[in-house]
Amino acid sequence: MGMEGEGIGMIRVIQPGLFTTIQDLGRVGYQKYGVVVGGAMDLFACRVTNLLVGNEPTAAVLEATLLGPTLQFDKDLLIALGGADLSPTLDGEPLPLWRPIYVRAGSILRFGKSRFGCRLYLAVAGGFDLPYILDSYSTYVRGKFGGLSGRALQSGDELPVKIDETHQWMWRDRWAATNGRSFVVGERSIHRRIFPHYQRNPVIRFIRGRQYDWFDQKSKQRLIESGYRVSPQSDRMGYRLEGEALSLEKPREMLSEAVTFGTIQVPKDGQPIVLMADRQTTGGYPKIAQVIYVDLPVLAQVKPGETVRFAEVSKEEAEELYLNQETALRILQRLPAIRS
Amino acid sequence: MASFPYHISSLNEYTVIVELGDEIDELVHRRLKELATLLEKSPFPSLLEVVMSFTSLTVYYDPIVLRRLFPKLKSPTQKVIAFLEQALAQLDQEPNVQTKRVEIPVCYGGKWGEDLTKVAEYHCLTEEEVIEIHSGVEYLVYMVGFAPGFPYLGGMPEQIATPRRTTPRLSIPAGSVGIAGSQTGIYPLTTPGGWQIIGRTPLHLFNPDRQPPSLLQAGDRIRFVPITEEAFWEWKERELG
Repeated sequence: MGMEGEGIGMIRVIQPGLFTTIQDLGRVGYQKYGVVVGGAMDLFACRVTNLLVGNEPTAAVLEATLLGPTLQFDKDLLIALGGADLSPTLDGEPLPLWRPIYVRAGSILRFGKSRFGCRLYLAVAGGFDLPYILDSYSTYVRGKFGGLSGRALQSGDELPVKIDETHQWMWRDRWAATNGRSFVVGERSIHRRIFPHYQRNPVIRFIRGRQYDWFDQKSKQRLIESGYRVSPQSDRMGYRLEGEALSLEKPREMLSEAVTFGTIQVPKDGQPIVLMADRQTTGGYPKIAQVIYVDLPVLAQVKPGETVRFAEVSKEEAEELYLNQETALRILQRLPAIRS
Repeated sequence: MASFPYHISSLNEYTVIVELGDEIDELVHRRLKELATLLEKSPFPSLLEVVMSFTSLTVYYDPIVLRRLFPKLKSPTQKVIAFLEQALAQLDQEPNVQTKRVEIPVCYGGKWGEDLTKVAEYHCLTEEEVIEIHSGVEYLVYMVGFAPGFPYLGGMPEQIATPRRTTPRLSIPAGSVGIAGSQTGIYPLTTPGGWQIIGRTPLHLFNPDRQPPSLLQAGDRIRFVPITEEAFWEWKERELG
């Protein structure tokens, strides 16, 4: 008999991976105090993995970077993986992305080489049971707060999980029919139509930035015609791009003002920087462009060394694309929890 | 119509920026503060947060909330711009904002402010004179940004403006008070930096476990108050307790 309610589970960190942190949708409402928004780099994958296990969209998830962690589950749990394909296996058997997966107590999740993308998300039904700081679970490593002790995971860490046991009996029945495998994969998934156009070396769409007109004609052309390589110095704060330098028509100083996720700013050396999840709240460099919202997950999955190209769209088109994707996602979030 | 010039434009799908000027100016600042206060007190539907900077106010909102409220709405951005124009029209020519005054105790010089001697020498002043000038005026917090709790302060006398250090320090303790060019500021977190450090405050400018997490907000006026090393430790204990 399954018991209705909640228990506490534990995910043991055997290997932490390259850089694995707890993230969620970020901190809203504290930018006026200079608090970075943070949150998942790929917000689409963060939201969809939560959706697949029946969580609220605000639940915390794990964000792994390039080299995934090795994790052991101490209880039966319902999980979902999404974002980068880091060749996940459970007790040696390959696991799919973008599906609910019932994993058995004692099983070990491992990752291999990156077949696609940079950042993998792991959501667990019930969510991680960690301190909620400034309305968010997300880890802000530079500020040393949020997530698990304000830092990336380390070997030996234990991640507490609020287990949602409501539907466990159903999964146990399905598992009983598998002859003792370590997991059961659910059929539910999300329609590909609302997916970001994830791809290697992608084309990223932008709208004009606040200081677009400050740049000379050549630079405006370069932005759309020449590709930019994502530097190895890129991180959650920003993607440093390498390519043809962008320059202002004449030297100008500007005062610091607000920047957002996807703002492309150009320091004096002419090499653009795309501001990502852990960006500062304000910036003082001219902003040539702004990556459109629906393409941010695509950019978040670009690995250092890949090349991105940029294409301009109108503000109206960007808004329309945002409204379409966001409406679809929120409808899914309002549906009864998907657990089958 | 507002009684002063303004410009509103969209930054992205869920952010709009209201500009009231293009250079650092107290009147512009007070108008921005008044607008921010008005929006926070009576937010329009969908408003998430507002952030002040030197000459503009950035407004974050949730377009889907507007879509639900106004199903025929084509562009949530245009709706937000209309809300903001209404808010601007309510502002008076002469902004009327309440100002919070905050005193920042600072232990100047010695191991707390290793560059005080250099700053004094640079201006042919005594250390005491630098302290007197730095603590003798009121500063305005124009904005908080760059790092959690970091105030951009206006009002430092040009007499003590000093260029940054040629070699930045790898680690400057939280609470350090420094000068960089004609700016003065306080480091909220321990970070590397090139400012000339002249003292340290025992106050925590940023504490994520406190509500609000930042000691200072845009619009506050502050004064630095020189304290002894003994007083520094007393303050420090009180901050921890």
